[in-house]
Amino acid sequence: MSFESSELRAELLGIFFEESAEGVDILERGLLSLADGDHDENLINDIFRAAHSIKGGAATFQLEVITRLTHAMETLLDQVRSGERSTSSELVEALLEGVDCLRAEVSALRNEGETDPARTETVQERLDGMANTGNAAAPHLAASPAATKNEPDCERLWQISFTPHPQLLQSGNDVVRMFRELAEMGELSSSANTRKLPSLSEIDPLQCYLSWELKLQTTVGAEEIAEVFAWVEDECNLEITALDARAFKLHASETEIAASPAPSQPEASVSTKNSESSASVRVSVDKIDALMNMVGELVITQAMLRQVGENFNIERLGQLEDGLAQLARNTAELQESAMRIRSMPIRVVFNRFPRLVHDISRKLGKKVELTITGESTELDKTVLEKLSDPLVHLVRNALDHGIETAEDRVAGGKPESGHLTLKAYHLSGSVVVEIIDDGRGLDRKKILQKAQVLGLPCSDDMTDEQVYGFLFQPGFSTADKVSELSGRGVGMDVVHRNITDLGGSVRMESESGCGTRVSIRLPLTLAIMDGQLLRVGNQTLIVPLVAIVESLQVAWSKTHNLVGQGPIYRLRNEEIAILDPARAMGIVRQQAGDTENALIMVVEAGERRAGILVDELLGQQQVVVKSLEENYGTVDGIAGATILGDGTVALIVDVVGLMALARKRLPTRNRSEKTSESVHLFPAGA
Amino acid sequence: MDLQVNNTPTALKTGTTAQFLTFIMNGEEYGLDILRVQEIRGYSTPTPIPHAPPYVRGVINLRGAIVPIVDLRERLGMPSRPIEPTTVVIILKVEAPDKARTVGIVVDAVADVHTISRECLKPTPDFGGESDTNFACAIATIEEKMIIIVDIDRTLSRRALVPATALTE
Repeated sequence: MSFESSELRAELLGIFFEESAEGVDILERGLLSLADGDHDENLINDIFRAAHSIKGGAATFQLEVITRLTHAMETLLDQVRSGERSTSSELVEALLEGVDCLRAEVSALRNEGETDPARTETVQERLDGMANTGNAAAPHLAASPAATKNEPDCERLWQISFTPHPQLLQSGNDVVRMFRELAEMGELSSSANTRKLPSLSEIDPLQCYLSWELKLQTTVGAEEIAEVFAWVEDECNLEITALDARAFKLHASETEIAASPAPSQPEASVSTKNSESSASVRVSVDKIDALMNMVGELVITQAMLRQVGENFNIERLGQLEDGLAQLARNTAELQESAMRIRSMPIRVVFNRFPRLVHDISRKLGKKVELTITGESTELDKTVLEKLSDPLVHLVRNALDHGIETAEDRVAGGKPESGHLTLKAYHLSGSVVVEIIDDGRGLDRKKILQKAQVLGLPCSDDMTDEQVYGFLFQPGFSTADKVSELSGRGVGMDVVHRNITDLGGSVRMESESGCGTRVSIRLPLTLAIMDGQLLRVGNQTLIVPLVAIVESLQVAWSKTHNLVGQGPIYRLRNEEIAILDPARAMGIVRQQAGDTENALIMVVEAGERRAGILVDELLGQQQVVVKSLEENYGTVDGIAGATILGDGTVALIVDVVGLMALARKRLPTRNRSEKTSESVHLFPAGA
Repeated sequence: MDLQVNNTPTALKTGTTAQFLTFIMNGEEYGLDILRVQEIRGYSTPTPIPHAPPYVRGVINLRGAIVPIVDLRERLGMPSRPIEPTTVVIILKVEAPDKARTVGIVVDAVADVHTISRECLKPTPDFGGESDTNFACAIATIEEKMIIIVDIDRTLSRRALVPATALTE
């Protein structure tokens, strides 16, 4: 089929890219299992098929580089499949490099970016070189029961009867291209059967009505001929007969290739690249169905409520209450299923780790086993996208600093290969992701020493958690030497910041000599959060519940005024600055509040704590975060807005922003304070 | 037709006439391209935004969307006026190069809908002043009555509504 319509080509190319991305993932996963010593025949077939599909597609679109790459890989894999080549680690490495190149090429084509032709060329040469060395005899179908050894040099006449199914052309296959490929093998003559061709008025140009009888005089074997048709094997009746005594038939539908189901893992196929995945989400039909059901129920409830309301009298109050309760339940369910559409399994992120661990452990010369559990735990898409980088950092760290070399491990009485576990699970409304290694653990003493060197406030009686907290300081690294992978001290602070930005938290636990466990706790979604409502002046503000440490009432007489900074309060050996959001955000207080006591909400953002001066604590509720930016713009100290039960808008406080705002504004405001404009809560001299 | 109208109303780009919604402020009649008007609603107290310019009254909940409310009197340099029964909020679509936004303006009262032809639109007279005080994009005359056509994209630009700190950082 030729691509006369550029629109059709673009559309088909899009499908090809999508499928190639999946194919490359399958290839990679398969190769990694192969590297782990798995020699299952099905596995090799899976890998082979993935490579073959990409090759077929690429050839259709005349993507020369990809075709050549996959062809070389395919040749190698075929040799493995037929048992001519053993799966050495060298082979797997070469193939993995090929996979990388493929991925780069496909993604470059897709995003119209640049590739590295030199690298591709090197890999291509390496693959070609490998394919030609060793046992380079013609490959053969080891699994085919009727297969006989061919004498490669003997020229034979093959009769090929090729009857495509009518929809063959619709899947982007080009018969002419296949015939051309056959013609390259030897002398080809063909005759088309036009019996099924309908009259011109009934003809559907997208259907294939023709079938062919081909005669090929060639030295190659039946398998290679069959291979030309492998791309269409499910869509045609194919018979390849040698026109001499030792003929054998090869029904495409009966070959082993077609017998095993095509590898498809729809959920795993969501691309992990941000640039490619941000535009659309693949949602399973179940989720959509669930959502539709909910909407259906909502419509029923609405009808019921309308009926109640049409001629309402006080006797029907019970019905109204029932209806409202049902509405509340429907809404909650609807919200949940809408949320589930946005969520994706964490597998999407975890999938890249087998490869990463494989590569890094090789580079470091360490033996590492990776265990992944809970990969179907679902998380909001936005959270998931931002989780990827921190996880890579943590895994690298664990491999580089945590897990020891095989010799050290044996000397320490541990099994030779280290163990790394990636774990995800739900825990009371949030998702916990853990990275656990059984390496040497964190060295408390070393961290304390380093903290002292860096001049950070520290003492020996700090808790483990406080000590490990130093690791999240920028520029903090206990590695003795900087390696290619880690040790520069960048990383952990980035991890901490990224996770905090997502509204999550990181914790480290460790036992010297036994390993380290890093726990990341994340909110299920960013769109809905638990908030504490509070009143400042005449405004209702919302503070994310995760940021709140505690709320307490303190007497003004117990606070101290730090010149130029405002009041501070000493809470359990820690000085806490008291910020007045009214002052920082320009909220007018109509009357002075309690001059005796102050209600303070201690909030935490990263390592910093501050007390927010509050007039009244209202209540806690789940709030839906709305964008203030969409119709307005960003405002310092405000993270967004939400709509309260009475329909009014309440602003959500950005705790980090508010702290920055208070720091910036307090000194200047103190000098030019206009008391007539607003009444502040700080009594003079406090 | 070589009219020096700064911001041609959408409807006039294609046709020869356009409809304008007119409203009253300080006894003067002002006009808006009606295709930009989404709805007209009563005034409800908005939630104030910290550090916003004084003419930004705050934000309201418009069926789930957060929409800023601008007191057009104050924005155009007129003294503010208490809310009266005729006070309305006109919800508008404000076009910007990046993307359109929804903004509400508070006006004294809505007046009428006029169909105005191109010939009736005159450029605003040059007062020789600063160009950014020029909020009108044209002046229309209908039966001896003068209607000031407000350039809403300029008057309600994002830069004009958002606190300066957020923009400079």
